Amino acid sequence: MADPAVLAVAEHRRGELRDVSFELLTAGRELADAIGGELHVAVISGDVEAHADALNREGVDAIHTVPVGEEFDHTVYQGAVEELVDAHDPATVLFPNSVNGLDYAPAVAESLGVPLVTDAIDVAYDDELTVTREQYGSKVETTLAVEGDRYALTVRGGEWPAADGTGDAVVESFTVDVDPADSGARVQGYEEVGGGDVDIADADVLVSVGRGIEEEDNLELIFDLAEAMDATVSSSRPIVDNGWLPKNRQVGQSGKVVTPDVYLAIGISGAVQHVAGMKGAETIIAINTDPNAPIFDIADYGIVGDLFDVVPELIDDFE
Amino acid sequence: MKVLVTVKEVAEVGDDFAIEGTDIAEGDLEYDLNEWDDYAIEAGVQLAEAGVADEVVALTIGPERSEETIRMALAKGADRAVRVWDDAIEDAFLDVETKVGLLEAIVDEEEPDLVLSGVQAADDAFGATGVALADRIGFEHAAVVNDLDLDADAGVANVRRELEGGVEELTEVDMPAVLTVQTGLNEPRYASLRGIRQAQRKEIATRDLADIGLSPADVDGALTVTEMYEPESESDAEIIEGDAGEAAGRLTEVLREKGVDA
Ligand SMILES: Cc1cc2nc3c(=O)[nH]c(=O)nc-3n(C[C@H](O)[C@H](O)[C@H](O)COP(=O)(O)OP(=O)(O)OC[C@H]3O[C@@H](n4cnc5c(N)ncnc54)[C@H](O)[C@@H]3O)c2cc1C
Repeated sequence: MADPAVLAVAEHRRGELRDVSFELLTAGRELADAIGGELHVAVISGDVEAHADALNREGVDAIHTVPVGEEFDHTVYQGAVEELVDAHDPATVLFPNSVNGLDYAPAVAESLGVPLVTDAIDVAYDDELTVTREQYGSKVETTLAVEGDRYALTVRGGEWPAADGTGDAVVESFTVDVDPADSGARVQGYEEVGGGDVDIADADVLVSVGRGIEEEDNLELIFDLAEAMDATVSSSRPIVDNGWLPKNRQVGQSGKVVTPDVYLAIGISGAVQHVAGMKGAETIIAINTDPNAPIFDIADYGIVGDLFDVVPELIDDFE
Repeated sequence: MKVLVTVKEVAEVGDDFAIEGTDIAEGDLEYDLNEWDDYAIEAGVQLAEAGVADEVVALTIGPERSEETIRMALAKGADRAVRVWDDAIEDAFLDVETKVGLLEAIVDEEEPDLVLSGVQAADDAFGATGVALADRIGFEHAAVVNDLDLDADAGVANVRRELEGGVEELTEVDMPAVLTVQTGLNEPRYASLRGIRQAQRKEIATRDLADIGLSPADVDGALTVTEMYEPESESDAEIIEGDAGEAAGRLTEVLREKGVDA
């Protein structure tokens, strides 16, 4: 087995590999080709054999299974990845830019003393690694040149297609010293949140409201519109953080993923964590005062205008 | 118990902006307290009010301009603040490792028991500083915390970590720890007039590189911004023109075509 150009660390939760794990394989293969070398994958904790089977897709050269613990524990993941890096000397370690990825990748980078770039949406290598990412609420993209010969990168979900096909990777068990019993952050359990009266995931038409609404009292306007359109009200996160709507109305990464026929985004900027929950809608319509708001990049129809002018007119039209 | 809260003044881009070289034109940026840090400050102040924390210190890396923002943290109840800055920092792109080096120096001076930082800064959105800092200073950590119950006697923080898809992880974290705070953890207060007045008298200590035993070479990070540009739009959205009445009329047609309220 040759030293890998890329070591990609898969993510799973409660028995299931997460989608981003398969996307990491595509990003990893791309980068390994550019650097010139193998793509290795690490599967840590849980049913590593079954996960290794599923991850054995086209382009993967080797899979290291680390059969220790069940669920994600950052102490275990950090220790295992550091031992793997020690043993196999990859040029790049790729992590998902997920909540759990961000719970250990920065610690791994820090402890290995390698530069870290998070939330990559594109990577290239030509004698030097360059990484593209977004800044200022997705209003601009920047390209970063990374010095050094080893890097840690976290990769945004949904940016690379999932790898497919069947691979012929070597699968090897890797024994580590790290012991879950020594963890200083012990997972006690999980809880599903956001149940309640309405399931926004069932709605055909969603009228979704964001921080542009400014005040709780103004929500009445949105409910009036939803009633006139026979639609359901959903929202972006700040509306829920403020306690103006319950958690079950929140669309996005940490809320619900919705795929309605029509998603009308009112005063929502279109942050990546919001878009993660609604980009699958059939028709996306945005009303926003800011012509550069990223929501317009994924919209089918848009009105650049003040919601306080447009929404009352819409209500009139529908009534 | 001493709580250190990391606070960043973030840059926000207005509706109209121009890119100059590899950054936004200075005049098109507005500055504000990072949204996530507002929740971290509130968490620290609530610990003080509950008698769990004896002192809440706000720590920022930022130019003189950022004192206005850090005063907001003081007005909301932080006891004092430390601001790290140096001309050598001005020109550098501060990567995670570099920031951690600066923060570590102040952690060494202050010896906190708990460090609260935001999940991410709204401008760069690296989302990595808190966890990297924890590794550097030998603290435990938890990222994306949306519920915190500190058991100081037992030396643990019982937290909820907000994972994707409405799932929360319940985790017991040994202290001392760095927690990265998610929005929604609490309800950040508005600074009262009294708080604002008191903040004027609170100390903001400044530290340059020499003060904390670092040299300009220590802030010369591994990352360089080589390009900045507006992303190409992936969709060909039809922008509906006209005044509010006309635009709404056209949108109503579109919506009815799509079967809304049919
Ligand atoms: C780990 C993590 C998880 C997250 N999970 C989620 C999630 O599940 N869901 C989610 O939504 N966010 C989530 N976020 C937060 C996300 O990053 C954004 O902060 C949030 O989506 C912003 O919400 P918004 O668009 O309503 O507010 P803003 O970004 O403040 O946008 C408000 C918009 O309203 C427009 N506006 C203002 N006034 C008017 C007016 N009068 N008329 C018309 N338009 C107007 C503005 O131009 C602006 O575009 C998460 C963040 C993190 C770090």
